[in-house]
Amino acid sequence: MKRMPFIASFLLASASHLAMADISTERQSELIYLLKQDCGSCHGMTLKGGLGPALLPETLNGKPKELLVTTILEGRTGTAMPPWKTMLTQDEAEWITVQLQQGVK
Amino acid sequence: MDYRATATGREVMRRLCFLLALFLLITESHARGSGDLGIVIERANGSVQVIETSTNTSLGRIDGLGDLSHASAVYSRDSRYAYVFGRDGGLTKVDILSMKIDKRVIQAGNSIGGAISQDGRLVAVSNYEPGGVKIFDAGTLELVADIPAVYGNDKQLSKVIGLVDAPGHKFIFSLWDAGEIWVADLSSPSKPVIRKFKDIGRNPYDALITPDGRYYIAGLFGEDGMALLDLWKLDAGVKRILNNYGKGEQKLPVYKMPHLEGWAIAGNFAFVPAIGRHEVLVIDTTSWKEAGRIKVHGQPVFVMARPDGRNIWVNFAVPDNDTLQVIDTQTLNIVKTLKPGKGVLHMEFEPRGEEVWASVRDEDRLAVFDTETFEQVSSIAAEKPSGIFLTYRAHRTGL
Repeated sequence: MKRMPFIASFLLASASHLAMADISTERQSELIYLLKQDCGSCHGMTLKGGLGPALLPETLNGKPKELLVTTILEGRTGTAMPPWKTMLTQDEAEWITVQLQQGVK
Repeated sequence: MDYRATATGREVMRRLCFLLALFLLITESHARGSGDLGIVIERANGSVQVIETSTNTSLGRIDGLGDLSHASAVYSRDSRYAYVFGRDGGLTKVDILSMKIDKRVIQAGNSIGGAISQDGRLVAVSNYEPGGVKIFDAGTLELVADIPAVYGNDKQLSKVIGLVDAPGHKFIFSLWDAGEIWVADLSSPSKPVIRKFKDIGRNPYDALITPDGRYYIAGLFGEDGMALLDLWKLDAGVKRILNNYGKGEQKLPVYKMPHLEGWAIAGNFAFVPAIGRHEVLVIDTTSWKEAGRIKVHGQPVFVMARPDGRNIWVNFAVPDNDTLQVIDTQTLNIVKTLKPGKGVLHMEFEPRGEEVWASVRDEDRLAVFDTETFEQVSSIAAEKPSGIFLTYRAHRTGL
């Protein structure tokens, strides 16, 4: 089920991101857990927003994917958003972005 | 007339006596104090558990409290009712003795915390969306006053954080987007009188009030230092403290906003989490100057004093949230490092401090430690537990 957008984004991504399809099912559930529990401490566990903005498809779909991936990895200067690159790889940030734009259940 | 009881009459009497005894027994067993009770937030399920600290057990679960992903609670002064503030704007009044929801309202779209007034008659909730504070009758949960956090020329609404009660029928809170502290006097509950302190610093993220109700201190996320308001000298305004903290150093990413709940104080020293740094700051409360820094395992989230002030317990932000550290306030050394498991989100001391409860989210349990030996004395199942709130809070300013 979740394979389709995955493949779509894989095709769109550059060759340097070949590894992105290799996120194991186990790691995927870890990432969803991190998203809900840890991103959720600012963005709300249901991602409807808190001190940080909502991360729902309707708030994110108008934004370029690269911007979202960069925000996750590098944070946003001048705001409370920290860089997560010490805990996430580029592929994982891209995978999370796809999930967010689809809507996380 | 036959005055002797018939066999049937005796049987009826016997049954009545039995029922009366049973009734007395039941009512007797239901009459209990609440001083050793508390609640634990189960953040993923929208439920709370009622816990009992005399024998460290769970008495049961209450469901239906909505989104509790960031939730806190205060108590009525008879410590029978817990007011639970949920993320989804839900305000739920829970009867912890009968273990039922007494009343529940959805009062905003997104809220962060609350407080109960000095006289116990009003409950205030601080909201992100729409930004402001709403005041409710503690008995009926009817809206008494609405205080939108309007700021700037464009009349924007600010997210509100750091809401506490204060002596003199006051609620005090800070405006995250506006950088302001507001003191609301609710002597006439439906007509709050607001005094605003502007330019207190960028992005106050949380605040606390000292147990005597004199000082309100807001932590600043957007710049170094903290904002201090002496409530006994409001005319003196907000004073900046710890201004030199972090100066010239590169800002560090923060993976979870620290909390300033409670006041970790020992003698003349107060202990607060440093933002982003793996440090606990020590403040001399006679001068409000930095008196030291203690290196700790990760970014501190809660820095809490054992009620006697002898030790400070600290938990940490992700990825170090599997650890608790204990600081000796006499030597400022770390005397113990514990690893209860991943996702240690909150701690709560029992009223006289002999044991401390910790929620271990990822292991779905509560761990209770002896605060002298540091041994785990109990482990209680709870689903994704976060905040732990014991009833002694009913009688503490600011909690």
